[in-house]
Amino acid sequence: MIATACLIALAAISLALLLNLYRLAVGPHALDRVLALDTMVINAIGLVVVLGIWFGVTIFFEAALLFAMVGFLSTVAFCKYLLRGNVIE
Amino acid sequence: MTALLLTGSFFLLVGSFGLAKLPDMMRRLHAPTKATTLGIGALLIASMVYFTFAMGMPSFHELMITLFLFITAPVTAHLVAKAYILRHPDLRPHLPDVRASGGWATLGTTTADTRRGDD
Repeated sequence: MIATACLIALAAISLALLLNLYRLAVGPHALDRVLALDTMVINAIGLVVVLGIWFGVTIFFEAALLFAMVGFLSTVAFCKYLLRGNVIE
Repeated sequence: MTALLLTGSFFLLVGSFGLAKLPDMMRRLHAPTKATTLGIGALLIASMVYFTFAMGMPSFHELMITLFLFITAPVTAHLVAKAYILRHPDLRPHLPDVRASGGWATLGTTTADTRRGDD
């Protein structure tokens, strides 16, 4: 039961990642690509969490936490660069 | 728990679908920020329930991930919107008036800040 739900969830999140990849490739402006990358990181966190349930291993949550931190930092750095022209003033 | 897993992945899919299909940057910003927050929340609750009741080992890492994501998601959306307003001059006639003396703070930095350069 849970294995089937995990499979369906993995398929849905993979499809979501493909849609993000589409927006990352097509996106008319740089900010569209930044937003697509941010959503992609969030989807990757979801993928890691579902994989942790699938394998029954808790060590994946550290990976998810690292993904969250690095994704947030990279998005903020991109936006800061587009806002101010450099990242650290 | 199955329902939570399915709900979470469904909302992640909806958020990404909105990101891919909506026509305008501001509307595109609207879709993933809310839907992915809800989706990740449901997935992490499902994970907590699973590891507590099915595996017998309570884990609280999910709470940290949830806290971090829920704090950072509005900050990210705000920064993206600010950069978008700054980067698109054709948007400026449509902006509503603000009561503050300097107008929009995002635009005020562009005229005052000379280090940014012309691009």
